[in-house]
Amino acid sequence: MTENVLEVNDLTMHYMTRKGPVFAVDGVTFHVKRGEAIGLVGESGCGKTSIAISLLKLLPNNAKILNGEIKINDVDTVPLSDKEMNKYRWKNISMVFQAAMNSMNPVYSVEEQIAEAMREHMPHLSDQEMSEKIDYLFNLVGLDPALKTQYPHQYSGGMRQRAVIAMALSCDPDIIIADEPTTALDVIVQDAILKRIREIQEELNMAMIYISHDIAVIAEVSQRVGVMYAGKLVEMSSTEDIFHHPIHPYTMALMSSFPSIVGEKTELVTLAGEPPDLLNPPAGCRFHPRCPYATEICREQEPDFKEHAVGHYAACWHPGGVK
Amino acid sequence: MTQDNNTLVDVQNLSKLFPIGQGVFKQAESFVHAVSGVNLKIKRGESVGLVGESGCGKTTTGKLLTRLIDPSEGNIFLDTDEGRVDIAHMRGKEMKIFRRRVQMIFQDPYESMNPRLTIYDTVAEPLNVQGIGTVAEREARVSDLLETVGLTPASSFLFRYPHELSGGQRQRVAIARALVINPDFVVADEPTSMLDVSVRTGVMHLMQDLADRFGVTYLYITHDLAVARYMCDRIAVMYLGKIVEIGNTEDVLQHPKHPYTKALLSAVPVPDPTYTREPILIKGGISRPVDPEPRCRFYDRCPLADKICEGNDHPPLEDQGGGHLAACYHI
Repeated sequence: MTENVLEVNDLTMHYMTRKGPVFAVDGVTFHVKRGEAIGLVGESGCGKTSIAISLLKLLPNNAKILNGEIKINDVDTVPLSDKEMNKYRWKNISMVFQAAMNSMNPVYSVEEQIAEAMREHMPHLSDQEMSEKIDYLFNLVGLDPALKTQYPHQYSGGMRQRAVIAMALSCDPDIIIADEPTTALDVIVQDAILKRIREIQEELNMAMIYISHDIAVIAEVSQRVGVMYAGKLVEMSSTEDIFHHPIHPYTMALMSSFPSIVGEKTELVTLAGEPPDLLNPPAGCRFHPRCPYATEICREQEPDFKEHAVGHYAACWHPGGVK
Repeated sequence: MTQDNNTLVDVQNLSKLFPIGQGVFKQAESFVHAVSGVNLKIKRGESVGLVGESGCGKTTTGKLLTRLIDPSEGNIFLDTDEGRVDIAHMRGKEMKIFRRRVQMIFQDPYESMNPRLTIYDTVAEPLNVQGIGTVAEREARVSDLLETVGLTPASSFLFRYPHELSGGQRQRVAIARALVINPDFVVADEPTSMLDVSVRTGVMHLMQDLADRFGVTYLYITHDLAVARYMCDRIAVMYLGKIVEIGNTEDVLQHPKHPYTKALLSAVPVPDPTYTREPILIKGGISRPVDPEPRCRFYDRCPLADKICEGNDHPPLEDQGGGHLAACYHI
């Protein structure tokens, strides 16, 4: 067993549209250690969900992985066919989707749906063992096992999200990708589910990539955080560094534009402009049109994603806003 | 009741019941008490936040205040140049004049605009409906307002269509449309919740700026308490159709009185990894207020619930000092 459960090297994924390629994920490199929880944060259209579906290879027809490798337990999955990839899905890498209602089949009971993946990947289990495992999973996510024979519409939003998490955990994956799992939920329900996710992640020592646009949620669930902007990973470091000592101007702006209910009420910083159109991203650093520190070089040359301090990576010509 | 000149909107005992199981020849079996006996005063120039979970009745309250739906009971008094008028029972021509004074900004900038109208037509529509100004005057007013909301130069936006604009730009158009006829009172229903962080702050600043410049009074409906902290002078917390707590923003956020507010605040994630929250756990989830029992609406989930709460009606909103009101028997 290697130390890294997932290694992504120079991943580039484009959507081919009639207007030309959309540069959704461009040269993204990161790794996830065994048992580690990392957060991926960014605004809509920055490519965070595109990374998730690339990792599972659940790509729409017009999406193409053009470059890079995705190593799950040291096996590069990029060249694998869909059928070969099926062996890895659920078993090694699984996903919790955002819209819980749409990620479940309304005509099967919740138990049936969880059993479906297990039958495929754990054919050695007897019906009895399978039923016991589902009870265990229900308890794990905080649902009453007596409810397992019910249908998704009989569940509330929070219960459905818990069931989807149970499903993602059913085949004991090495890594789980959670894509905005609590975004549609109310804050009290969200809090209970986040707490459960953290506990499960620690209890099972499972690696996790938590994707969200909400930096407050990211702060609570992750040990390391990657910040994405316009298809690029622009900064990655420990959660503390990202929140207290960010060096990429985008991360710096993100941190100071996010309101909080505790602490001093500081002035919220406004970032001028809007994220770029990825059909036609700006030359050089993609953030330069909105960056207060941009200079000549930022407009011309793309900065490398490199290590500025131990374990603190960023792609910027003027890290920390220093010229 | 004392007449306060400073009060712009005075909501008294406002209720809205939605029937369930009603048919052409069938009486309703039961009712959802979406808004129930709400009292709320909003001062001129003030920005009041209405916060709560989904299904608590905050959007219904907003729609009642703009008379997009009719109340089942209660009064909504609006202070106008012609004195105090009750907008809860208005109709016909009166109603049309009222629409000049009260406007609404909706949550979803992708759904609240007609895709076939240009930005000019969208923003000028209230002027057309109300018959204000000549064509030239309307054009000048719309251009002027687009510049004000940060869509510059206005000439490059006037004849574009909504699909050519980003979410943030559309929400700016929606704000311009709401303000084009100089309303006194604007109900903003989650105006920034669909926007990304880096764009959201700009729209929040814009709304505050416009409130200062034009003296607009806002009812700001949101589920995001952190946003409410920045946008509102006062916050009202709603739970199943009732306002359970209201007070100055910092008072409510830093010293909540009602057990529901406490639980809600303790569940809000904090964007600081070194901060440890102490969540207050409450039982179950929010339900629908279908023919609620005559007791505190929060009874089933409240950690403090006892005999007093069970045997009595929903507690009244009482002043806890300094204009901080809460509805609970155990404070």
